[in-house]
Amino acid sequence: METSFAPLAGEKIKIAARDLNFYYGSFHALKHIHLDIPERKVTAFIGPSGCGKSTLLRTFNRMFELYPEQRAEGLITLDGEDILKSKMDVSLIRAKIGMVFQKPTPFPMSIYDNVAFGVRLFERLPRIEMDERVEWALKKAALWNEVKDKLSQNGASLSGGQQQRLCIARGIAIKPEVLLLDEPCSALDPISTGKIEELIHELKNDYTVMIVTHNMQQAARCSDYTAYMYLGDLIEFGPTAELFMKPKKRDTEDYITGRFG
Amino acid sequence: MTDKHMSTQFDAELSGISNRVLEMGGLVESQVARAVYALTQFSGETATEVLLAEERVNTMEMEIDRDLSAIIARRQPTARDLRLLIAISKAIANLERVGDEAARIARTVQRLINTGVSGRMRLPVADLSFEADLAIAQLRKALDAFARLDTAQALEVLRADDQIDQEFDGLLRKLITYMMEDPRTISASIDLVFVAKAIERVGDHAKNLAEAIIYVVKGTDVRHTTLDAVADAMR
Repeated sequence: METSFAPLAGEKIKIAARDLNFYYGSFHALKHIHLDIPERKVTAFIGPSGCGKSTLLRTFNRMFELYPEQRAEGLITLDGEDILKSKMDVSLIRAKIGMVFQKPTPFPMSIYDNVAFGVRLFERLPRIEMDERVEWALKKAALWNEVKDKLSQNGASLSGGQQQRLCIARGIAIKPEVLLLDEPCSALDPISTGKIEELIHELKNDYTVMIVTHNMQQAARCSDYTAYMYLGDLIEFGPTAELFMKPKKRDTEDYITGRFG
Repeated sequence: MTDKHMSTQFDAELSGISNRVLEMGGLVESQVARAVYALTQFSGETATEVLLAEERVNTMEMEIDRDLSAIIARRQPTARDLRLLIAISKAIANLERVGDEAARIARTVQRLINTGVSGRMRLPVADLSFEADLAIAQLRKALDAFARLDTAQALEVLRADDQIDQEFDGLLRKLITYMMEDPRTISASIDLVFVAKAIERVGDHAKNLAEAIIYVVKGTDVRHTTLDAVADAMR
């Protein structure tokens, strides 16, 4: 099934997928995905487990290449440039397209070094500039006030919600253009979740954000566009308010109203 | 494809609240019928009954409203479910106003009786009764369409609303003629103008209900549009 959608009116397209197929060995996990991700907007991916939403997110920064039996076919462009086929350095792609995972993954080092780690891979900054960058990233991630007096403490000493914001700070410290969030709140309590959602809202001023979430209400709350996926197909994609109020496809409606079974 | 939610409790809540709306609709429908009966029969007793039952209508509105809030808070409904609950919120406000119109008619009947007006006075109460029959039929049809989420029938209700409006205009002309012919009927005739207006409003509320049904099923807001646009939205 080829699903294609009219281009989004008035939006600049940051990432586009054309006839994208993905395989885990012989398992066809993404089927002919055709999708435009608008720049500086939050796009949410929803769908039941196994629908391919995390897989799709992982193709956008070629995360799957770590596993030899996984392969992607088709076209993914970042600002018009094919990132699947091009000779573009994969670490450079990941510098442009950062990712935050479901479980907070602080490195076993200080809060400061957690944030500075990625920056050091790409830039040689004088100490004072690095200090500024770490502060900037922690402020962006709404964590600065909570950690500014204990930057040398181990990142693992923070609470779950703080750790996740630390990971987001680490992700944005290298100044990416796109941020991929794979269920960033599923291990967090409602207060921390609220902070991250507030942060997502802030981040879209500067970044294109994509978020995979099992929590439909979260997608409804914090995204501008929503994509509903099922069994590797992109079923429906559109403005979030429209998709949750008046979805075009019956399948989407059944899923978001809990008639899926 | 199923119409059932994974949560059978949610299904039970939605069908429960829909049934209560129909129950409330049935109650206000009978309120209007009895108020008009009180008028045609000059029955003060029936008018008093209508006014006493008015409280039940108001209580039902508040109870359904409370249940609505609870469902929204607990279930965070989306799409069709959310549209249904929004439509119910509007429907019960309309039904409550239908109840108000019935009470208004009942109070007018009491006033007419207290000022010595009776069936012996030549007044066009039969015409009012005809207008009321039309309005009640519209309300019943709209409630029926709501029960089955039947958009075709909702469209019929919208189409038929003109008839009541025409009937109201005719009644107005007739009452003016009465007043000109016999100035002693002026006071009572003015009361009947307000009754005719109340009945016409019942028809409007039936129409609002019909529009809400189309919104639930089609997701399109058809208020303040032409009948052609409504028919388009339903395709």
